[in-house]
Amino acid sequence: MNSEDTIAAIATGAANSGIGIIRLSGDNAISLADKIFVPIKKEKRLINVKSHTIHYGYIKDEDNIVDEVLVSVMKAPNTYTRENVVEINCHGGMIVLKNILDVVLKNGARAAEAGEFTKRAFLNGRIDLSQAEAVIDIINAKNDYALKSSVSQLRGNISEKIKEIRGAILEKLAYIEAALDDPEHIEMNGFNQELLITVKDIEKKLEDLLKSSDNGRIIKEGIQTVILGKPNAGKSSFLNALLGEERAIVTDIEGTTRDALEEHITIHGISLNIIDTAGIRNTENIVEKIGIDKARKMAEDAELIIYIADTSRPLDDNDRDIIEFLNGKRAVVLLNKSDLDGEMLPQDKKLIASIDTGYRIKISAKTGYGIEEFENAVKEMFFAGEIDFNDQIYITNARHKQNISDALESVRMVEAAIENQMPEDFFTIDLMNGYEALGRVIGEAVEDDLADKIFSSFCMGK
Amino acid sequence: MNCVEENYDVLVVGAGHAGCEAALAAARLGLNTIMFTVSVDSIALMPCNPNIGGSSKGHLVREIDALGGEMGKNIDKTFIQSKMLNGSKGPAVHSLRAQADKRDYTQSMRNVLENTDNLTIRQAEISEIITDNGIITGAKTFSGAVYHARAVVLCTGTYLRARCIYGDVSNPTGPNGLQAANHLTDSLKSHGIEMYRFKTGTPARVDKRSIDFSKLEEQKGDERIVPFSFSTNPEDVQKEQVSCWLTYTNQETHKIIMDNINRSPLFSGAIEGTGPRYCPSIEDKVVRFADKERHQVFIEPEGLYTNEMYLGGMSSSLPEDVQYAMYRTVPGLENVKIVRNAYAIEYDCINPRQLLPTLEFKAIKGLFSGGQFNGSSGYEEAAAQGLMAGINASLYVLGRKQVIIDRSQGYIGVLIDDLVTKENHEPYRMMTSRAEYRLLLRQDNADLRLTKTGYDIGLVSEERYRAVIRKQEIIAGEIERLKNTKVGASNNIQEFLESKGSACLKTAASLAELIRRPELDYEMIKDIDIERKPLSDDVINQVNIEIKYEGYIARQLSQVQQFKKLENKKLDSEFDYTVVPSLRKEAVQKLNLYKPLSIGQASRISGVSPADISVLLVFLEQRRRKKE
Repeated sequence: MNSEDTIAAIATGAANSGIGIIRLSGDNAISLADKIFVPIKKEKRLINVKSHTIHYGYIKDEDNIVDEVLVSVMKAPNTYTRENVVEINCHGGMIVLKNILDVVLKNGARAAEAGEFTKRAFLNGRIDLSQAEAVIDIINAKNDYALKSSVSQLRGNISEKIKEIRGAILEKLAYIEAALDDPEHIEMNGFNQELLITVKDIEKKLEDLLKSSDNGRIIKEGIQTVILGKPNAGKSSFLNALLGEERAIVTDIEGTTRDALEEHITIHGISLNIIDTAGIRNTENIVEKIGIDKARKMAEDAELIIYIADTSRPLDDNDRDIIEFLNGKRAVVLLNKSDLDGEMLPQDKKLIASIDTGYRIKISAKTGYGIEEFENAVKEMFFAGEIDFNDQIYITNARHKQNISDALESVRMVEAAIENQMPEDFFTIDLMNGYEALGRVIGEAVEDDLADKIFSSFCMGK
Repeated sequence: MNCVEENYDVLVVGAGHAGCEAALAAARLGLNTIMFTVSVDSIALMPCNPNIGGSSKGHLVREIDALGGEMGKNIDKTFIQSKMLNGSKGPAVHSLRAQADKRDYTQSMRNVLENTDNLTIRQAEISEIITDNGIITGAKTFSGAVYHARAVVLCTGTYLRARCIYGDVSNPTGPNGLQAANHLTDSLKSHGIEMYRFKTGTPARVDKRSIDFSKLEEQKGDERIVPFSFSTNPEDVQKEQVSCWLTYTNQETHKIIMDNINRSPLFSGAIEGTGPRYCPSIEDKVVRFADKERHQVFIEPEGLYTNEMYLGGMSSSLPEDVQYAMYRTVPGLENVKIVRNAYAIEYDCINPRQLLPTLEFKAIKGLFSGGQFNGSSGYEEAAAQGLMAGINASLYVLGRKQVIIDRSQGYIGVLIDDLVTKENHEPYRMMTSRAEYRLLLRQDNADLRLTKTGYDIGLVSEERYRAVIRKQEIIAGEIERLKNTKVGASNNIQEFLESKGSACLKTAASLAELIRRPELDYEMIKDIDIERKPLSDDVINQVNIEIKYEGYIARQLSQVQQFKKLENKKLDSEFDYTVVPSLRKEAVQKLNLYKPLSIGQASRISGVSPADISVLLVFLEQRRRKKE
């Protein structure tokens, strides 16, 4: 809730357009940009340029050039937010945008909260009153979403790992605080050595987490998309048709796709994270059952579902399960095997027509017929705002990453403080900062954790 | 009707540590003040531990002193042992603690009160508060006398419907067998005030002659005594001290406790009040920390002219016979004779969220409260609130702006903000870890932080205020000089550094840079600091701290800046949050319950999320512009 610190975010949408923009706003926006900008004209400094001017050069990450850019410098108050604003125009593409945003964050900006540019614009008097309700809605909607996505992205063992690290930090914090509060009861001899071991262990764990986040393992970017269809309806063939490569194992035997396959593809510049599942039908086969449970869960969380119906065969219980499941979800229905002869049964046609979607497309996964129509449908849905959040997901990711590296920085400072023989109470400053930063990743506030821990773990008092 | 009727500006209920500070503040600000107590002999009584200060509590005493309160001066006059705790740790957690001669402490405070102009002391039980249209107008005694007052400060401590319990014995008295105040609670409830019931306890007092001191470890006071009050001359407090003594419980003690645990009113359910987790009774410790083989017992004198000794660490509400049996298992106490039994005490207090940060009731104008009545524990916490409640009650009567110490200015601010903003389900005790800007809120700089506030209020003299300004200038000047004085890598400097076990210089360095080295400090480099002028100990201390921990201090200062921004965005305490669209239900409910005075305070209420704060900010801006 810092009102004038410098925030940054990717300002362009998810579409892989030719140009992408990173926007910075805040008191230090210009000086921050100056630090990472290498102008073509060597003597040029962004801090000295006139307002509302554009400058050509490169963004550097320490000594490495990241991308060729145009930087617009706009000084307060004649800007969108009425604060200093810098926009870095770079080559489009998520990877480049992400890299530049990372550099910006590393140099002192904070990843913007949902709707924060607009909020600042309003609070600083830039947007008129009639738009205020909209601002509130944005904050609410985006926060709800960010919360949901942040939790779902962290499902699995990452949040467990973070909880474990926080637990270790809290334990040490409580020990120091208890000893400070009740020095006659609690000894600190030899504590520093113990703390150093813990701190080094935490450093290692946080470094590993950061590495895995770089590999994209914390969060998958892209519109979460799941393909459903009864066995052998042509799911894997469809995916291959989109990808243009044989990735999924395609056979004519039902249930070949045992595990979920994940592909990241770009359609008209829109990133889809497509998961090909083992289907969601009921089965006795244990191996398959695991895959199916997983598939159901992924489908629950998905932003978009692609249902592939095999028109060469009558619909079965499997299809009926899926159609029921689609109720209330965003879906595209693909009528596959349209190249084969065969007419759908009237009751099947009726069932397909009952699905609540504007998109029922005839395709042939084998020949590639209808793929283009499908791609256009995705584009349409995206630009109509029916599916969204690509950049939002990345921002959440960026925020997580920033918090984890803040925590790492704090823990390193604890180590330095131990080595500089600082008194024990100084360790608590950075231990607490680290604890708070990790709390932000898993959405847990500090509240009275420390007092509770002290009282429950240490026997103190008159 | 034939009853006594009198008029006052400020009426204080209670004469404990909170009541004394409140009454003194009001009287010293020139207001016609009356203070009520159930017993004039129990003014500033210390019914539990015989010491003032300790970790974080010492900070509070220093702050009270800087604001013009009395506690620090009074303990300086009456202490019998003094210790600076955590001396080997960082300056932020150094804490002064002094053993008091309890009787002397009480007597001395009473003396000050009795000789303060504008202050009337009255022994009577206040049974009702009187209001008119949500504004306080006075109070009534049990005997029916009516005292009109423009402001009332409630500092009833542990006396409201008090009950002292050990085993199956339950006495309807306040601490030490003093008369309880049994009627005021009903009057408060009828005014819509929400009450809590809390519990605390105290150990037995024993006869010194029955202790075998050869089995105890002696705990002496510090050689060089530091006074609490900034106005006390350190030379005046260097005196002969008495010792405290240390011993331990053992397995036998724990067995006796466990064998009789079903006879404890705490475990049988006879006590309904909520007790503090940080100050557990010995039976609580044995149950909760079953794997601990022994617990410390500090045996502390109650005063110079009594044989009573306090058994610190062994408070209890077990029956009398069990108390005897367990105390006698402790080495040194084999033949101990109890003078006063240990007991638990239950009492009524309020849910402090009904208060503004000024300690005024939100619902009743002119009614203030402080101390254990507000759900805190400890003499120092009580005195700090009493002082602030007394100050604000007086400023209210005078029509002046109220004073709030915020979390970045003092422990007093942390204490009061925590009480009025956070859910509190047990007696609240101060701890240094509760202060997020602890490094700035040191006990050594309380005068630099708060003397100006005390002076502006009118409780600190011009002379004392000028002295603090002068001190500030000297500190700043000396730091500047040390930063600008460079020493080169000459032979004598290198030799000097070597002799102190410090690395040699590669290039010239400032004296400040040398002081920052872990193995050096201001005193140690005096031989190479030729231009140094003699300075007082406390100035040297400030210079040393400011230089040595500059990086950390700067970081906390920048955090404080951020904190202040939100603190300065004010909210209206009468505002109805149900009119804010899009605010989550839980947030609306909490905000309406707490009625915070600033966005900062709102953000600390549990159940109010950062998104709620954003929504609130946008809404407020929208409203502001509509008004324009």
